[in-house]
Amino acid sequence: MKIDRRCFLSLGVGAGAGIALSPLPWKITDDLSIWTQNWSWTPVPATGEFTTVNTICTLCPGGCGISVKKVDNRAIKIEGMTDHPVNGGGICSLGLSGLQLLYGPTRIKTPLKRTGERGSGQWTALSWDQAIAEVAEKLNAIRTSGSPQSVACISGATSPTVSRLIDRFMAAYGSPNSLSVPTFIDSYRAALQLMHGVAANPGFDLEHAGYILSFGSGLLDGWGSPVRTFKANSGWKKSKVKLVQIEPRLSRTAAKADVWITINPGTESDLAMGIAHVIIKESLFKADFVQNYASNFNEQFRKLILDNFSPETVSKTTGVDSASIIMIAREFAKAKNPLAVCGRGQGNIPGGMNEFLAVHALNALVGAINREGGIWAVADMPVSDWPAVQQDSTATTGSRRPRLDNAGTQAFPVAMSLLNQFSSALISGKPYPVQALLMVESNPVFTLADSESTRNALNKIPFIVSFSSFMDDSAALSDLILPNHVYLERMEDVASAAGFNRPLIGLCQPVVTPGLDTRHVGDAVILLAQALGGAIADAFPWDSFENCLEETLGDQLETLKEKSFVVDEGFQPDSWATAFHTPSQKFEFIPTALASKKPFAPINPEGDASAFPVILLPYDTMRISSGFIGNPPFLTKTIEDTVLKGTHSLIEINPKTAQTFGLKEGNMAMLQTPKGQAPVQVHIDDGIMPGVIALPRGLGHVAYDSYLAGKGVNINRLIGSVPDPVSGLDAAWGIRAKLSKA
Amino acid sequence: MKNEHDHTSTKKFGMVINLDLCTGCGSCMVACMSENNVPFKEDESDKLRSITWMKVYKLTNKRPFPETDICYLPRPCQHCEGHDGHSPCVSVCPATATDYDMNTGIVSQIYTRCFGCRYCMGACPYHARYFNWFDPVWPEGMEKYLNPNVSPRMRGIVEKCSFCYHRYQAAKDKAHLEGRKEIEEGEYQTACTQACPAGAITFGDLNNPDHAVYSLKKDPHAFRLLEKLGTNPKVYYVSSKEWVRKAGDNYLENERPAWK
Repeated sequence: MKIDRRCFLSLGVGAGAGIALSPLPWKITDDLSIWTQNWSWTPVPATGEFTTVNTICTLCPGGCGISVKKVDNRAIKIEGMTDHPVNGGGICSLGLSGLQLLYGPTRIKTPLKRTGERGSGQWTALSWDQAIAEVAEKLNAIRTSGSPQSVACISGATSPTVSRLIDRFMAAYGSPNSLSVPTFIDSYRAALQLMHGVAANPGFDLEHAGYILSFGSGLLDGWGSPVRTFKANSGWKKSKVKLVQIEPRLSRTAAKADVWITINPGTESDLAMGIAHVIIKESLFKADFVQNYASNFNEQFRKLILDNFSPETVSKTTGVDSASIIMIAREFAKAKNPLAVCGRGQGNIPGGMNEFLAVHALNALVGAINREGGIWAVADMPVSDWPAVQQDSTATTGSRRPRLDNAGTQAFPVAMSLLNQFSSALISGKPYPVQALLMVESNPVFTLADSESTRNALNKIPFIVSFSSFMDDSAALSDLILPNHVYLERMEDVASAAGFNRPLIGLCQPVVTPGLDTRHVGDAVILLAQALGGAIADAFPWDSFENCLEETLGDQLETLKEKSFVVDEGFQPDSWATAFHTPSQKFEFIPTALASKKPFAPINPEGDASAFPVILLPYDTMRISSGFIGNPPFLTKTIEDTVLKGTHSLIEINPKTAQTFGLKEGNMAMLQTPKGQAPVQVHIDDGIMPGVIALPRGLGHVAYDSYLAGKGVNINRLIGSVPDPVSGLDAAWGIRAKLSKA
Repeated sequence: MKNEHDHTSTKKFGMVINLDLCTGCGSCMVACMSENNVPFKEDESDKLRSITWMKVYKLTNKRPFPETDICYLPRPCQHCEGHDGHSPCVSVCPATATDYDMNTGIVSQIYTRCFGCRYCMGACPYHARYFNWFDPVWPEGMEKYLNPNVSPRMRGIVEKCSFCYHRYQAAKDKAHLEGRKEIEEGEYQTACTQACPAGAITFGDLNNPDHAVYSLKKDPHAFRLLEKLGTNPKVYYVSSKEWVRKAGDNYLENERPAWK
């Protein structure tokens, strides 16, 4: 048969139609999509047995209970523990990202020893035996030379038993320089010490408060125990409880508050006094409390307030009009269960005692102390006895030397530890130089104010040991790293949640078996003590941290292992008659200990107003973790592009301020303060007071992994520490600054 | 639809988000990412290429200081019903990779069918759909946390919020094993709802009078996004602030909003 053109075409069309009508094209496209999508590098998560482990999150002082879902020995999801008294099922964005810390590239996999220049990132792996031997050898040499006091330790450990263990190690070794990382809770503790005469933590009965006056506290930005505060806020909204937020910037808290009072930064204590003035003048105070349970009210406090803080006077300094001051004072005093709180932002900087004393005095005026919906003094839980440390003569001599941070000295008798004053002692080398530094769960190079000089100060120390789980900014500067387990691999007790008003203890339990060559820092300390031998080894009768924990917690441990927490549900704070143990045995509006000081004087920002016309404020957000824990990738992903763009931090600036500097949205500018300078991108925002500019805390890491390092500006580089005249803790709430077009 | 109120046969899962309670903390975003194996890159500050099934938008009232106000608005996929299931994305998908489930009201996304034409992204008025421009890369060891109930996606396809459909399947499986036909309200909750520390998100069957969302959606302050488009979304928002409700749609200056 001859195939002509016509025949060829019809055959072709017929074949085409035939194939089109057959399932073949569909089969091929289906196969094609299956084939093209089966990339060998796209992981297929293995399935297995699903289980859940309850534990406590220790990424912030919030102390939330978490339930971690597992598939075999893999942790796959963190969720809030539904029956935990603090968070009741809710969980924050950092807590949710915890698995990225557990399995992340920033983990230190094995003990490391520095090989190159300090900070160059050149390391060689060591075995644990070698690492412990190296540290012991150095510490032994320092001790033999007769200066054990020149070893210091900075610890941000979340476990009370780990903290005790470290303090014990330092005592047995012979150094007074055991430092902790302070927060606003330390300022509250100082206020309770001074005004109540007790060693107690502040507990806020947020759930029953009837009116909340917040002096810049980031109640919805991570203050205290964030999830608990969020839940309390939702309760306030539903029961129409008024939240008044006092701050110069429209934070998330201010946006959600019923009233946002814009105030000149740094004048919060003045406003508190102005409110006190109205309450006293109009006799709106709780007469019973003031007359029967407080001392020096009439003679001193009343006079001080009435003479100096009329609404008109206060209005001039604070910028808040006197009508608003009077209105708030009346509302606050007349409300059922009023509560005033302070501690700026998340309270990572302890803050000025002027604010804490003034705000606490306000609570006292309205009788909000140790009462429903008020602030409670929650006494420290008794701890089980450990045998006393038997110091040898070297240790006795060493630990009698003065502390390098001036804590507990005549100048700062209330303070237990003043980390902010440590680096100046390092730089001056007086009264004695530091020869070795141990760092536990802390990142001072990043979190301390004036971080550049902290870095320089640390660089002067010949031997630095880090126990960090992560390659943080400070671990990167160290000579030896003895990596700790991360919280999901650890067994340790956890202190109560920040600001929680009932005695609570939690147990952090291992969710997964440790996958890297890490050890619990408690075990490392015990090993180190044993390697040092003599009286130091004798002070540690435990063969492991777990053993120490079992002995310390006793019977409680079994309950804790089962439930993860123990709470005293029926706890009631002391009544007014028995609560105060000051020299006068009453509440002291002006503490006897401060008679010679000016406790309510405002803290001024560093810098000269003519050279630095605006004020730079740090702010906190739930989307950036600014403490020892750096942002996991998921959290960084939630940062808005008006806060971080590429590697640039954006500075929040009012359109009016921007105009005076000739800056427009998106411009690059040079931000200068008396402490340093940094390039920033301009973000114009109406939510900030003219004359004030703001940067978030927690960006600008130089270490960690490529998901975090090199992004944005570390605001601590631009702000210096201002020691509070009463507590000695860091009270810097901002700094003077200027901007110029770059 | 004739079965609209018969929730035993036809469910209509939806959300009511209380914007007065939402604090903009971002927990919902991270809860979603960790539940659904959402990938991440070194730089996520280019938000056009940042995959966030749940995204919290920041709205402002554009007033000068100190009258400025802001409100945060979490935006999952709105699971539009349109008319009889003709949601914008479903109507345009040439691969039937996205479909409207009449039994649950959930708009699905079937990754193995999607070939990445991105018509649906153009059609979606809520920017709820995201394209994988790159293969996902988990740093070594991090793939350990991946959830076996959700398949990781690869380069070249579109993904979006599924209302955690795998949780619905798991809840149904559990009910089936226990010999029940119906699941309880609490048994199927999305990851964002469960995580929200402020309790701002409520999830449930909009057809079922026993579910909280049924009455919450009738709040006089409830509204939906871009209602004028007729997308008929299943995510409701509640705000006591008028400027926020007005920001939910493109109103002309003197136009009377739909909710008035």
